[in-house]
Amino acid sequence: MTPSTIELAPTREDHRIARLAALAIALSLMEAVIPSPLPGVKPGIANIVTLVVLVRYGFGAAVWVSLLRVVAGSLMLGSFLSPSFILSLSGAVASLAMLRLAIRLPDSRFGPVSLSILAAFAHIAGQLAVVRAWLIPHDGLLYLVPAFSAAALLFGTANGLVAARLLKGPTTS
Amino acid sequence: MNALRLVKSGDWLVFAAGLLTVAWLTAQFWHRGGTADRVVIRSGGKVFAEVTLSGQQSITVPGPLGESVVEIDQRRARVARDPSPRQYCVQQGWISRAGEAAICLPNQVSIELAGAEKAYDSLNY
Repeated sequence: MTPSTIELAPTREDHRIARLAALAIALSLMEAVIPSPLPGVKPGIANIVTLVVLVRYGFGAAVWVSLLRVVAGSLMLGSFLSPSFILSLSGAVASLAMLRLAIRLPDSRFGPVSLSILAAFAHIAGQLAVVRAWLIPHDGLLYLVPAFSAAALLFGTANGLVAARLLKGPTTS
Repeated sequence: MNALRLVKSGDWLVFAAGLLTVAWLTAQFWHRGGTADRVVIRSGGKVFAEVTLSGQQSITVPGPLGESVVEIDQRRARVARDPSPRQYCVQQGWISRAGEAAICLPNQVSIELAGAEKAYDSLNY
């Protein structure tokens, strides 16, 4: 094999982020084949990874994992730079912004479930704002807001519970 | 493992706030603007007529392809007949809520229901 002329020295943290991002990408690919009654309503199980990374390794790592998941996931699904990519990017950016604020909540009272619900609402708000402003500039879209927000609460809670369980570590009970 | 042990006290608070938000959004977007009291009929982008929904009548609207017929009955409105090839606006049937619309293309005739207050005006963000 020809030796590479460019030497990148990945740190251990780089490896960790790459590994976790790969996990998140795999989860979002699996999710892409699940049919959905309403376009855009998805469980968002890849966000479990973002939550775990946020709590374990901090906000910076969570940003990396989340954005790598959006970009690399869209490359694999063939939706890079398409409207659906822009939507998942805007959702991810909105939830990260919300998480940046939400991690300041006191740890003793607010766990991953809170973070997950808040992020899910921010996600849907960010996406709807982009859809309303750019893709479907019509108020008829607002009829879907209750359905989207109910889904955000449901899946946000479920993902938060899974993340909370994972963060507790393996237990035998 | 008991799922409840994963939930902290503040999480319940956030969940309850989420439920309230969903309930509020549902009230705002699904139950408001329910009652329409008139129908705005447009032809070629211009308002052709604004008719109250009380009573029963049928209105003939001229368009570039021919005449469309709008019917009003029991506080509802529909396009009963239209010369457009795909008949989407006719198949849409009766509409009864403020903000709903039926648009006939290429005949450029549309009907839109309006209430006392326009359904979403205070809620744009």
